[in-house]
Amino acid sequence: MNVSLKIKSVQLPGILLSGSIFIFVLMAMSALLLYSPHVDLTQIWADPYYRHITQFSFYQALLSTLLSVVFAIPISHALFRRQFWGKALLLKLFTTTLVLPVLVAVFGLLAIYGNSGLFASLFSYFDSKLPFSIFGLNGILLAHVFFNLPFACRLFLQALSAIPEKQHQLASQLGMKHWYKFRYVEWPYIAGQLPHIAGLIFMLCFTSFATVMALGGGPKSTTIELAIYQAIKFDFDLQTGALLALWQICLCATLAFFIQKISSPTQLKSSYNASINTYHHDSWYSKCWDFFWIIVVTILVIPPLLMVVLSGLNQQLLSVLTAPTFWLALKNSLLIATCAAISAVICAFFILLASRQWRLVGLNHRADKIEMLATVILVTPGLVISTGLFLLLRDIGHLSELAFYIVVAVNALMALPFVLKSLTVPMLQNAQKYERLCTSLGISGFNRFYWIEWKALKRPILQALCLSFVLSIGDLSAIALFGSHTFNTLPLYLFQLLGSYQMQSAAVVALVLLLLSVGVFIIIEQVFKETTTSLDRAEHD
Amino acid sequence: MKNKLTVLISLATLFATPVMATSPVKEKLTVYTYGSFASEWGPGPKIEANFEKVCNCDLEFVALDDGVSVLNRLRLEGKNSQADVILGLDDSLITTAKNTGLLSKHNIDLSPLSLKSQEKWSDDTFVPFDYGYFSFIYNSEKLKNPPTSLKELVEQRDDINIIYQDPRTSTPGLGLMLWMKSVYGDEVNGAWQKLAKKTVTVTKGWSEAYNMFLEGEADMVLSYTTSPAYHIIAEGKKQYVAANFSEGHYTQTEVAAIVKGSKNKALATTFMNFMLSEGFQSEIATGNWMYPVTDIALPAQFSELTVPVKSLSFSSEIVAQKRSAWTKEWLIALTE
Repeated sequence: MNVSLKIKSVQLPGILLSGSIFIFVLMAMSALLLYSPHVDLTQIWADPYYRHITQFSFYQALLSTLLSVVFAIPISHALFRRQFWGKALLLKLFTTTLVLPVLVAVFGLLAIYGNSGLFASLFSYFDSKLPFSIFGLNGILLAHVFFNLPFACRLFLQALSAIPEKQHQLASQLGMKHWYKFRYVEWPYIAGQLPHIAGLIFMLCFTSFATVMALGGGPKSTTIELAIYQAIKFDFDLQTGALLALWQICLCATLAFFIQKISSPTQLKSSYNASINTYHHDSWYSKCWDFFWIIVVTILVIPPLLMVVLSGLNQQLLSVLTAPTFWLALKNSLLIATCAAISAVICAFFILLASRQWRLVGLNHRADKIEMLATVILVTPGLVISTGLFLLLRDIGHLSELAFYIVVAVNALMALPFVLKSLTVPMLQNAQKYERLCTSLGISGFNRFYWIEWKALKRPILQALCLSFVLSIGDLSAIALFGSHTFNTLPLYLFQLLGSYQMQSAAVVALVLLLLSVGVFIIIEQVFKETTTSLDRAEHD
Repeated sequence: MKNKLTVLISLATLFATPVMATSPVKEKLTVYTYGSFASEWGPGPKIEANFEKVCNCDLEFVALDDGVSVLNRLRLEGKNSQADVILGLDDSLITTAKNTGLLSKHNIDLSPLSLKSQEKWSDDTFVPFDYGYFSFIYNSEKLKNPPTSLKELVEQRDDINIIYQDPRTSTPGLGLMLWMKSVYGDEVNGAWQKLAKKTVTVTKGWSEAYNMFLEGEADMVLSYTTSPAYHIIAEGKKQYVAANFSEGHYTQTEVAAIVKGSKNKALATTFMNFMLSEGFQSEIATGNWMYPVTDIALPAQFSELTVPVKSLSFSSEIVAQKRSAWTKEWLIALTE
């Protein structure tokens, strides 16, 4: 036992890394708190405005979750039972909505439901006005459903496809009808995943930033995450920013605790396999019912993406593509995303080297802890980290010199949890296979990395790189505070264009961002000519 | 595959090598200002050209969202700011800005100043460069009977909708907050709620609000009494008019100051002196669409503009003390 407790030299970098990441996040937080040292969380609850935004955060997250999850059940059920032309493509699109840069989706939604969107022009054709406004709660809900409903559908589909063939046969032999089969065969599988999925979506909506920033209609529809940004950026009230961040962390931690309590996340199969199941009694009624839902989800998901492509090809295309501002933003975005992705993967690799050694000898708790330390960023708003970091560093350099490195560091940190998730299993399996062989042959260091790890893990590593690249290239929260006309990224540029109602130029930038993020996945898929299964898992967990 | 990766990585490293610009022989003056001042249709480019003719230097405007953002950017950067001069704060923010300790006292001859909006200017840190009166602008072809007082707009006119700016980010927005406070005092909460019912949206900066108004999204927009001059002079349109409110109009004096950490203080002082000369002031009336602060001749069309009967203002000490409480008041009123 004593032998196994010893830390191996290969574990050292990983332990140091995750330790320093944790300290780094703590330091950044305290830099804000120490800026003016009165820490009193109750003052947030005592303030009617912050009480309002706390309530609003809960309210919008609850509604978004309900809408996403409730509708995802009939939709995923329909998708599970029906085969139709374009189903594979639709499901592929479902996986993109969650990693799609938020502002690209927001742009697509604005192009349809906005004040000068498709619907508005349809209404004005009949001489009437759009009966709703996309700004405020409406828009926030719409965007959250757009992001999360397809995500929930995919997860439910995975759950449904875990039903053993035998049960379908049995149900068929018993002559179970539509509703009864759903109730007694399918529902238990859905229900098993329900708390976990709903909890995850709730957390995503609760901490939503860019969506609320772009679609929130003033103080009335503001979330805590956005209030942190406003406190720091608008009022330069760092202390309130940090307090609100602490407040949000407390709420999230409590939520996560309860979700953990009520749900026991069973391991899902890695991906939905489209096995044709013929064991159900069909009827016209159930056909109509299923295709109704399939059409609903198609109308939700496809048009906004299509609008991004269509409106991107306008007469501003050339002038945007020849503007130096655009190229500067593109260059910054590519640079930041590349550096962040590489750093995140390298960090994750070393941390997993450490944690899997522990897992091999059964010290799972220890392994969990070191991985958890490195994912602390999940509950800490990116903006708080980047501001805190800047405050720590501002004596050694100008903002314009530091901003780049800070944004890279924060983006890498934000991608790290996802990279860790997607590499944990492959790296552990690799160690289980080869650990003894390597020890007996004395393969270590770079040799081991190249011959043992890289040869087997090339694919998951590249996929993790892609995922963190796409997450970073669409991120707005790390850059939000530092941007100026000399330091810009594509999402920030898009935000500025949207803010100044330059819709045509915004359309072009949105299209470029869409192509960039979808393109990366397509390239990787082409490289491997296989479906990206572990990637799905990464973004779903 | 491997080739692709190598290309990617070498590309990345190529970009990552910081490309240092060759250091210019000329001295460089960095001025933080708000977006519309530095934009191509604002006064910035012409002023830059005029100043560079006389200073043998390189003047760079760094454009930030709005006046309040200029101050916050400086506070974020602290002692290590790149700014030599900050330009575009307004008189209500003077005390707040001075309290940061990041600004240096000026040594400028203020005798060219002739501000009609207030008594003699004597601040030791800030120098004004233009001034104006906040006002709601309307299209007289669409709105035939504009309100004649703020109270009428707030309390009686349910047929009118408006757009204004966020007081946390924008100096006109801050101006409206102070205007409302000076008219309504302690009853401002109810007034904000009434105003909220006719508010289309609250924008982050002035340009978004004004653009939306011109697109026809609202009947009135918060701007300046001098804004119609733009339409008269640049476009030959006379339908845009500033409403004249009987309670008086809140005044804004826009100011600039030298940053304490500046390494080019001499050049910064030259710029501040230039600010009160013709090369700068002549661009104000038809570039920033505000009143110049010196006795320079105004375009004839300025005589067609609404002139407020009374100008309102709080001292910047009071604003520094109360701003966050009053902003909270506004926030809360809007969420109820």
